[in-house]
Amino acid sequence: MGKLNDLTITQARDGLAAGDFSAVELTDDCITAMEAARDLNIFITETPDIARDRAAQSDARRAKGEVVGAMDGVPIAMKDLFCTDGTLTTAASHILDGFTPPYESTVSQNLRDAGAVMLGKTNLDEFAMGSANMTSYYGPVKNPWVGANGEDLVPGGSSGGSVSAVAAHVCPGATGTDTGGSIRQPASLCGVVGLKPTYGRCSRWGIVAFASSLDQAGPFARTVLDSAIMLGAMAGHDPKDSTSAPVAVPDFEAAITGDIKGLKVGIPKEYTLDGMPSEIQDLWDRGAAWLTEQGAEIKPVSLPHTKYALPAYYIVAPAEASSNLARYDGVRYGLRVDGDSLDEMYENTRGEGFGAEVRRRVMIGAYVLSAGYYDAYYVKAQQVRTIILDEFNQVFQDVDVLLTPTAPNAAFPIGAKMDDPVAMYLNDVFTVPANMAGLPAISVPSGLDSDGLPLGLQIVAKPFDEETMFRAADVLERAAEFSALPKYLGGQ
Amino acid sequence: MAYILAGETGDWEVVVGLEVHAQVMSNAKLFSGSPTAFGAEPNTQVSLVDAAMPGMLPVINAVCVEQAVRTGLGLQAQINLHSVFERKNYFYADLPQGYQISQYLHPVVGEGTVILDMPDGEAREIGIERLHMEQDAGKSMHDQDPKRSFIDLNRAGVCLMEIVSKPDLRSPEEAGIYVRKIRSILRYLGTCDGNMEQGSMRADVNVSVRHPGETEYRTRAEIKNVNSVRFIMQAIEVEAARQVEVWEDGGEVVQETRLFDANRGETRSMRVKEFAHDYRYFPDPDLLPLDLDQSFVDEVAKALPELPDAKKDRFVADNGLSAYDAGVLVADRETAEYFEAVATGRDAKQAVNWLTTNLFGALNAASLGISESPIRAEHLGELLDLLADGTISSRIAKDVFEEMFATSKGAEEIVEAKGLKQITDTGAIEAAVDEAIAANPDQADEVRAGNGKAIGWFVGQVMKTTGGKANPQAVNQMLRDKLGG
Repeated sequence: MGKLNDLTITQARDGLAAGDFSAVELTDDCITAMEAARDLNIFITETPDIARDRAAQSDARRAKGEVVGAMDGVPIAMKDLFCTDGTLTTAASHILDGFTPPYESTVSQNLRDAGAVMLGKTNLDEFAMGSANMTSYYGPVKNPWVGANGEDLVPGGSSGGSVSAVAAHVCPGATGTDTGGSIRQPASLCGVVGLKPTYGRCSRWGIVAFASSLDQAGPFARTVLDSAIMLGAMAGHDPKDSTSAPVAVPDFEAAITGDIKGLKVGIPKEYTLDGMPSEIQDLWDRGAAWLTEQGAEIKPVSLPHTKYALPAYYIVAPAEASSNLARYDGVRYGLRVDGDSLDEMYENTRGEGFGAEVRRRVMIGAYVLSAGYYDAYYVKAQQVRTIILDEFNQVFQDVDVLLTPTAPNAAFPIGAKMDDPVAMYLNDVFTVPANMAGLPAISVPSGLDSDGLPLGLQIVAKPFDEETMFRAADVLERAAEFSALPKYLGGQ
Repeated sequence: MAYILAGETGDWEVVVGLEVHAQVMSNAKLFSGSPTAFGAEPNTQVSLVDAAMPGMLPVINAVCVEQAVRTGLGLQAQINLHSVFERKNYFYADLPQGYQISQYLHPVVGEGTVILDMPDGEAREIGIERLHMEQDAGKSMHDQDPKRSFIDLNRAGVCLMEIVSKPDLRSPEEAGIYVRKIRSILRYLGTCDGNMEQGSMRADVNVSVRHPGETEYRTRAEIKNVNSVRFIMQAIEVEAARQVEVWEDGGEVVQETRLFDANRGETRSMRVKEFAHDYRYFPDPDLLPLDLDQSFVDEVAKALPELPDAKKDRFVADNGLSAYDAGVLVADRETAEYFEAVATGRDAKQAVNWLTTNLFGALNAASLGISESPIRAEHLGELLDLLADGTISSRIAKDVFEEMFATSKGAEEIVEAKGLKQITDTGAIEAAVDEAIAANPDQADEVRAGNGKAIGWFVGQVMKTTGGKANPQAVNQMLRDKLGG
């Protein structure tokens, strides 16, 4: 057999159950694909031995009729922000040089417990700070899709390695984290499904923290159904994370019924941006039309403070990051660059250990929290956040989900937007509000732009109503019939 | 009695506020499951959370919350049902997270009151501003290696309560009494062991001076981390004197952090201004706000032990003790419990006398605390019972007491073993009396002639021949009967 790495999670699960192939065979194909894709710079650490070992264990379980979960024997890629017991964990930062945690993050442990097979640790923006995977100490990741003139494109970020792994069919699923769009924006730019669940749905324990009040883990997959299965294996209450919600995990797969008759879909008018490519507006309109055809009711809604979400995000997230990253001081683990005094050692270590974008955000964060500026920036941003949450709550009185574009543009060339941080930050303009309000949101590949590059549409749902989100996303996916393949897989 | 510093430009009074840091008695740390026992090998009580490993998250220890609430109730303070943990950001090698989790704008306990019993019998009311919970830092050791510093994280993350007083204290003595009173209350509550020498309690001391009658406070200096009552009092004394000198020399006291050097008897400025910290406080996003139910607070209140003030009032009212004696007994919970065990069902005043004169004296001489007393409370009670029912005389009792202190044996056991029972048998006493009269006819005649003093001499003789065991009253009476004195 060959090319088992092309299978979706659902296909792999069914094939394994039917005995069409073993987990080891499936994993071997994924390892081959992983090695073949090295030019894309997807992985910081490949773990083929761990993968083969866990695949063999899965086959042994299956032989004894002891399958442990929906993901048993399915290879996945792990964003290198999840701490993995005994495996180098870098957050794509020089400052975590050589850091091998003696513990496993709750989400990666949940996946292990569900039988998933870890192929390796994927590249990302340093500490998940970026929208193009350009800030990684380990270099940029290439998007499997290429530009009209053959130029290399960014996969989006920060979960650039994970999204490219799924888009290049290295494996059927991958983990990501989403603080301001780090799953959904790359999913849109690479033509795969990516979702951020409700804040508190997945445990943050063992995930290298960027901005604690915004960070959420979520899956990448090639179909909505796959992403529902994978989220089910990741989610769950964790007493080790005080912000993890003590709620049961529903059967997400069962929520996908194909029936959205009577579903009220809000179209927030503030998501129309000046200068946004018309093809994104067209795709958005098309998406609304598809849902209408399936029996949904489209309602224009207003979220007037949306325009303040991104600026407020760029106060709250750096503020939390500046404090969360204080622990990387060269004292206990990771990089240490000596100096003649403690302060000098801090300066040398953090100056060399952090890249430019991380240093920028740490400085912004320290600034907005400092005496004399705290009220004007941090407190104000939290007030904006409260207003945004209130507006969503208000709108969700009238509608069940919202439909918006995922990103204001398709994938762009590696190196573009690098001289203008604000232009880069604008990539997350449509994804950030869901983080600020803690809402579940999914990006579904829905069409191509004039250069043949994928574009996604986003469904945003009420807190802890991922089921409705999946139901709507599945219908959108079926209507969009997105089947294009990236250049890397012989498409385009 | 006012504490006044006489300066060249007039009198000065001292204004003191204290921030007492008290380590909460709990098996585990504030946000992790690591043990908190004192004296373990370095870095053996450190969890992944305490070491601030990547991705680790704090989870609040409910026991610490209950202890803080209990302490707040013991300080007669407002319990805030809503409080918030914030991050206090600064870099130091023994602060693994790069921030201390502490309560800032919304502490768990608000205003309260502590009553001080001054030696002159006056009661002084000192206001409590607030109490909040926070994490302790680790320990830096700079003396282990010529070039490097070593870090011990055993203490990192241990729960502290910071108890902030209002600037109501007006003398070193009051400050000393205040700290002792706080320590006493915490020990009664079982929320802090109060061992200052082990660092479980230490204080930051805010000192300013002003002329009596001034209504505004002048600039204060904060003396950090003073770790004994004596040092707190000394630090206030020397700092107040320093500030008076600064003002009188036409200078200006600056708001700063100072260090008390006990060896040199002075305070020194700790930080130069460029390093003035901006702690960038903000609510810790890893923790939800702490929201308590009133019913929880009520349960804690219901389970509070009797506190020193109430106990003192009871000792005065029920046992007829003087306010001073009662105050001495209740200052320490174990002393009060010892006293109650001895006094219950017995003469309370006699119990106090035996405690304060005999037991405390013996313990002091042996450098022992009440909890280490070789004489158990029930044994001292036995001794008082033997005295009360006339089994032994008070002179014998003193000997028995010494024996009890030396051997930890019970009073009855000693009296029995050594045959020290008082002779109340009139036949035996009469025989001894007759013998004494017969042997000393001249003295007997003197008594008969009306010399009352000679009776005392005869009593002494009889006591001597009976080895002190005869009941002196009975001897006296019998001599009078026989000699008509």
